[in-house]
Amino acid sequence: MNINFTLVGQMIFFVLFVMFCVKYVWPPITNAMKERAEKIADGLAAADRAEKSLELAQEKAGEDLKEAKAQASEIIDSAKKRGDQMVEEAKQKAQEEAERIRTAAEAEVEQQIAKAREELRAQVSELSIAGAEKILGESIDAAKHGDMLKKLSAEL
Amino acid sequence: MATETETETFDTSAYISHHLQNLVYGKLPAGYERHSYDGHHEVLEHAEWTWAHGADEAAAMGFSAVHVDSLAWSFGLGVIFCLLFAKVARKANSGVPAGLQNFVEIIVEFVDSNVKDMFHGKNPLVAPLALTIFVWVFLMNLMDLVPVDLIPEIMIALGVDYQKIVPSTDPNITLGMALGVFILMIYYSLKVKGPVAFIKELSCQPFAPPTKGPAIILAPLLICVNLFMEIVGLLAKPFSLGLRLFGNMYAGEMIFILIATMFVGGISIWFLMGGLLQIGWAIFHILVITLQAFIFMVLTVVYLSMSHEDH
Repeated sequence: MNINFTLVGQMIFFVLFVMFCVKYVWPPITNAMKERAEKIADGLAAADRAEKSLELAQEKAGEDLKEAKAQASEIIDSAKKRGDQMVEEAKQKAQEEAERIRTAAEAEVEQQIAKAREELRAQVSELSIAGAEKILGESIDAAKHGDMLKKLSAEL
Repeated sequence: MATETETETFDTSAYISHHLQNLVYGKLPAGYERHSYDGHHEVLEHAEWTWAHGADEAAAMGFSAVHVDSLAWSFGLGVIFCLLFAKVARKANSGVPAGLQNFVEIIVEFVDSNVKDMFHGKNPLVAPLALTIFVWVFLMNLMDLVPVDLIPEIMIALGVDYQKIVPSTDPNITLGMALGVFILMIYYSLKVKGPVAFIKELSCQPFAPPTKGPAIILAPLLICVNLFMEIVGLLAKPFSLGLRLFGNMYAGEMIFILIATMFVGGISIWFLMGGLLQIGWAIFHILVITLQAFIFMVLTVVYLSMSHEDH
């Protein structure tokens, strides 16, 4: 119960242990704890970021899908249109071709007719000359009666 | 019958005083009359360094005496604290903590949050100081839960007469720590506030001395009153700090010893009741030792915080 040198001894121990704690105990433990807290905070932040980016990615994917769908339907539409157009064009072409062929055929026929007519005319004029010669008994100067013959053949 | 009661009473008081006597080593002054156990008297011719046989000799040694048991247990417990925490500190990493590291980190976190709540200055010393005080004082108090007769009886068998194993029941130990805290308080008051502001704080509170007018003649009187009150208040801090811990632990230890005297009569109803009382008091005392360690830590932090307040 007496106050004596024990007190001084205890003060010395006190200083020693506190100094030991200040130097070798407190800093490593609190540093480790601080580091861990930072790590956890970083992890949580990363998780948050990941969640957000996942959300964004999902949103983007949805948008992309929508866009792709729109594009696909557009493509289909345009393809359909193009198909229709092609069919239309083909039809038109065919009609045109048919028209052309018909026109050509008509022209040919016309030509043939004209040719036949020409031939016929020539023959008619000859025949008529021959006939007339026979009737008149003399030869008709083709040159002299050319005009008349031409008139005749034009009437045919 | 009467003699039997008398011997028993004598035994009980001897038992108690034996339990309250430290193992003391110190210098007996020249001319001191030693009484040995066999009634032999011996007058010392020269001052002699020796082990004290009983309270009288310990008292006669004066300030030169050392409570070897208190210091040894206190030092040993401090070493246990340092080794335990240093072991964790060496391997401390920011990975997943396990086992002992968890335990140590809980304590460190607890102390750290308390210090952060109460201490607003910037001083890297305060938190480790608080940790040391809390754990060390707790360990010293914890010795109170060791059965009162266990270690002393073992030591007697080994030839050591006295052994007090709870260092915090020794006022030297508690006041030693409190004085350590007091020195830190004064040091930081002078360092942070500056000597002038510190003296001003002691002399101009709680009654502000008038600085002008005819009342100025009262100023020296008020300063004296202030100084007296503030210095008494300042000195009361370390003493209340040390004596509070000592008083609580001493009283607790005393109750353990008193309950232990019920075992004197051998196996009986008293023996059984004594056992139950010891268990009950020990369970209650778990609360007391933790609380006292915590209070010592908190008050240390609060006092140091006051020393760091710069007005």
